[in-house]
Formats: sequence, structure tokens, C-alpha cells
Amino acid sequence: MNPGHINLRQIVGRIGLWLSVLVIVSPAILFFLWMASLSLKFEVDNAAYPPVFIPERIAWKNYADVLASNRFMTYFVNSLIVTGSATLLALIVGVPAGYGIARMAAHKSAIVILIARITPGLSYLIPLFLLFQWLGLLGTLVPQIIIHLVVTVPIVIWIMIGYFETTPMELEEAALIDGATRWQVFRHVALPIARPGIAVAFILAVIFSWNNFVFGIVLAGRETRTLPVAVYNMISFDQLSWGPLAAAALIVTLPVLLLTVLAQRQIVAGLTAGAVKGG
Amino acid sequence: MSALTQSTPAAAQSDAAPEKALRPPSYWPFVVPALVVVLAIIIFPWVFTIWMSLNEWKVGSATTFVGASNYLRLTSDPRFLEAVGHTMVYTLLSVVLPLILGTFAAVVFHQKFPGRGFLRGVFIMPMMATPVAIALVWTMMFHPQLGVLNYLLSLVGIPAQLWVFHPATVIPSLVLVETWQWTPLVMLIVLGGLAAIPSEPYESAQIDGASLWQVFRFITLPLIMPFLFIAGMIRMIDAVKSFDIIFAITQGGPGSASETINIYLYSVAFTYYDLGYGSAIAVVFFLLIILLAAVMLYARQRMLWTEITSGA
Repeated sequence: MNPGHINLRQIVGRIGLWLSVLVIVSPAILFFLWMASLSLKFEVDNAAYPPVFIPERIAWKNYADVLASNRFMTYFVNSLIVTGSATLLALIVGVPAGYGIARMAAHKSAIVILIARITPGLSYLIPLFLLFQWLGLLGTLVPQIIIHLVVTVPIVIWIMIGYFETTPMELEEAALIDGATRWQVFRHVALPIARPGIAVAFILAVIFSWNNFVFGIVLAGRETRTLPVAVYNMISFDQLSWGPLAAAALIVTLPVLLLTVLAQRQIVAGLTAGAVKGG
Repeated sequence: MSALTQSTPAAAQSDAAPEKALRPPSYWPFVVPALVVVLAIIIFPWVFTIWMSLNEWKVGSATTFVGASNYLRLTSDPRFLEAVGHTMVYTLLSVVLPLILGTFAAVVFHQKFPGRGFLRGVFIMPMMATPVAIALVWTMMFHPQLGVLNYLLSLVGIPAQLWVFHPATVIPSLVLVETWQWTPLVMLIVLGGLAAIPSEPYESAQIDGASLWQVFRFITLPLIMPFLFIAGMIRMIDAVKSFDIIFAITQGGPGSASETINIYLYSVAFTYYDLGYGSAIAVVFFLLIILLAAVMLYARQRMLWTEITSGA
């Protein structure tokens, strides 16, 4: 036995591990720190070379400007309405569907979900754009709510199939024997057990709907933009200074980042179970 | 006696029969609402896209049936063919780099160290963050004069680059963003694979004095292969379709140097409003993704086959 030797090896191993961890996480950490730094600097500091990392004067004004503009609040409300409605509708139709498919063991029906997963978002836009035009819905939020279902419904169904397949059947069978209807069994036995699965589906549907950009650039008018589209339009038209732009970008993505850190376990479970992504 | 024994199986059968007969149809009502939605927003658009692709269909003018001519036009459209090339390069790099880095990250996150859960949360933030918001910040970082990336390069003595502002470096620069964004997904999938590996082979390797690389190459890698394959497949599907990052940073530019199929599809359909031709691109694009997936599956089968035959 040579305890000194083993300790040295362990120390080297530990240092190697921490260096690796540092290398892996620093691109993410540095990026978001830099994003925050850009958003908190006045134009002088943002245009300085070499770059200023921590400014002497902090420009809270950038955030105030973004939040004070009327339109930004409109777009924020638009995003809330579109994401909220698309997620809620997806849960209403998707949770029972996931249950039905899992109990019927109708695995072939999941192929439709796979096709939806593979299809580029733009392919849906061409026909649905025409449809909304014919129906006279353009200029309202309805087309965006409907088309966001393309993202949210497959996520919810996919995750719920997987979840209901793992929940035990015994309780449901017992309830059926006692004379409960299928609906009662679903409502009072299966649904309460499935709450964690529903949480996963909800979180992922919210995130991918909130982040969606491609549907908005085609379907949104001046009054119906969601936040990602609004930020994109800021780059191209209204805003040239970096501070307010970065502040707007951070405000848009902050809810998602917070959700990622707080609900990490659900997100990881959902992504690795189905490995679904919207868009 | 014999009558009794005969009736027992029959009784059991009649007992089970109503339950069995009841089960399959009664779950249908649960699926019907979703079926209606899926028909309306997924199946209908597909059928309609195929129909549109067979027509000359421009917004604001009459439509005429033209058969396969939109598809024939694709074969001689230099911009489309160029876009296919860009898409292939972009996809190949955006699959390979995240696979390598993601596997490394997974091996690291498989170890135990304090703060692991939190750091893993930080690590997956890029893939959950709003793509347009990230794209905006990357655009600022790529800025040739004021961007922080050229400053960082100057610290290690590398001359300033034009990044997304030069045709030769635009695709690698965009791949950098895509890799930064999606390496975490590969990490998560591979991490799931690592968790399923038993500890015995590692213990015996340690006794045999195998090096870290040998352990990885001969124990870990073969065992996580199925997971790497799934990760590669998902990465391929997403990279081919990549839109937000490219559109928000370069819109396919400079010139058309980063114009992928998806970006070109957008221009045709929603800048020129040539919906018939756009639909044809959408159909071919979808078939291309299926083809790539099939090639990957075939390669995987071949690999398994050689493994089996060489082992035998």
C-alpha cells in the first residue's frame, strides 16, 4: 500500500474533472453573463474596445426603456395569450389522447406524431396561411394559437403516451369492476396519478411555444406579434443600439431560463423520454 | 362429472368475453378530439401541400394545374441546388460536433461532484433559451470591430475574423452557434445511456490497469452506441430543419452563402409568394429528411452486421 501515491492520483483526477467541468459549462455561463453585461451597459461601454465586462455605470435605463414602450407590453400579452391557449388546448385534447393510445396499445398511431416531428414548420405554414386568409382570420391572434398546436399537441400526446404506459393498471381495473365508467376511471383514477407527467408535458409545451419564431414572422401583423418576432423586428428596423436590444432579448428568454433551472428534472425527463422538440 | 368439467372452461370464457369485447372500442372517445386536431393541423396541411405542389399557385393570381413541372423546375434551379449543398455541410457539422462534445460532457456529468445538478441545469440553458434572443446576442458577438469574439481571439494571438459576414466563414460560424445550443441534448441522451451501464466491466478494467481512454474506447463507447445513434438521428432531423438561428443572424447571407433549403423555402413561399413552387420544395425537403434518416438506419444496420459477423 502506498497511500501517498493514491492520494496524488486522486488529486490529479479531481483537478482533471474540475477542469473538464469548467471547459464544458463555461461557454454557457460566459454567454449569458455577456448577454447580461451587454444589456446593462450604456452605448459608450458597448462600443468600447477592448470590451468592458463590468461597467462603472449600470444602465438600468435599457430595461426601463424596453418595458416602458407600449408595444412591448402588447407583445408580451400576445405571447402569453398564444402560448397559454396553445398549451391549454393541447393538454385538453392531448392528455386523454395519450391515455387512450396507451390503453389501446395503438402504437402505430404514434407514427403521425413522428411525422409531425420530422416535418419542417414552414411546410405547415403554406397551406394554413392560405386557409387563415380564406377564413379572414389574419390580423387576429387565432391563426397563431391554432398553428402553435402543431408544436404543443405532438409534445403532449407523445409524453402522455409514455407516461400512461408506466402507470399501473390494477387500480383502473378495480374501479371498472366496481362499475365506474371509462371516463370516471380516467378522471378520478388515471388523471391524478398522471400529474407529474402532465407537468412535464406542460413545461415543454410552454417553452417550445414561447420560443417559436417561424410561425410568427409569417402570421403576425404589427399588432399581433409575439415576443420573439418583436425582438427580431427590433434588430431589423427600430433599434440599433445594443443595450436596449440585449435587454429586450434577455427579458424575452428570462422566463424560459428560470423555468429551465427550476424545473430541470421535469425538462430532462421529458426531453430524454421523447426527445421531442417543437418547430 | 364430465358435464361439470366441460362447463368450467366455457364459463370462464363467457366471464372474460364481455370485458375483452368492451375494451378496444371504449377508449376511442379519448382519442377523437386529438384526432380531429391532428387531421386539421397536420394531415390536412400535408395533403394540401402535395396538391398545391402540382399547381402554379401564386398569391393574388389564378391557379392552374401544372403536374410535375414545379418538381422539374427544382432540378434546374441553381439556387435550390446550392441550398441543398449548404444544408448538407451545415447538417454534417451540426451532427458530428455536438455528438463528440456531448459525449465528452456526458462522461463528465456522469461523475459525482458537488454542484452537479445546478451545473447541469446551466449547461442545458442554451437549448431551452429563445433562439431569436440568443441569435441576437451572437450577432453582436460576431461583430468584426466591436464583437467580443475577435477580442478573445486577439488575446491568444489569432487575427480578427469576419465570422458570419464573410461567405467562407459564415456556415462554420453558424455551426458554432448550433453546436453551442444543441450539445446539451446529446449530453442528456448519452447520460441516460451511461446510467444504464452496469459497474462490473469498469471494476474489472480497473483491476487490469486499463487507461481512461481504453476504458472509454472499449467499454463505454460500445455500450452507449445505441444512444449515440438516437442522438445523431435527432440531431440530424433538427439540423436539417434549422431555421431560427440562420434566419435571425444572416437571413441566408452574405449573398446566399448560408442559404439552406429551409431558408430558401421561406423566401420562395413568403417573399415571392410562389406557393406552388414552395410546396414542391417542402415535399422534396421532407423526402430528403426521410432519405437521410433511412441512410443512417442502413449504416447502423451495416455496422451491427459487421460487428456480429466479425465477432462470430
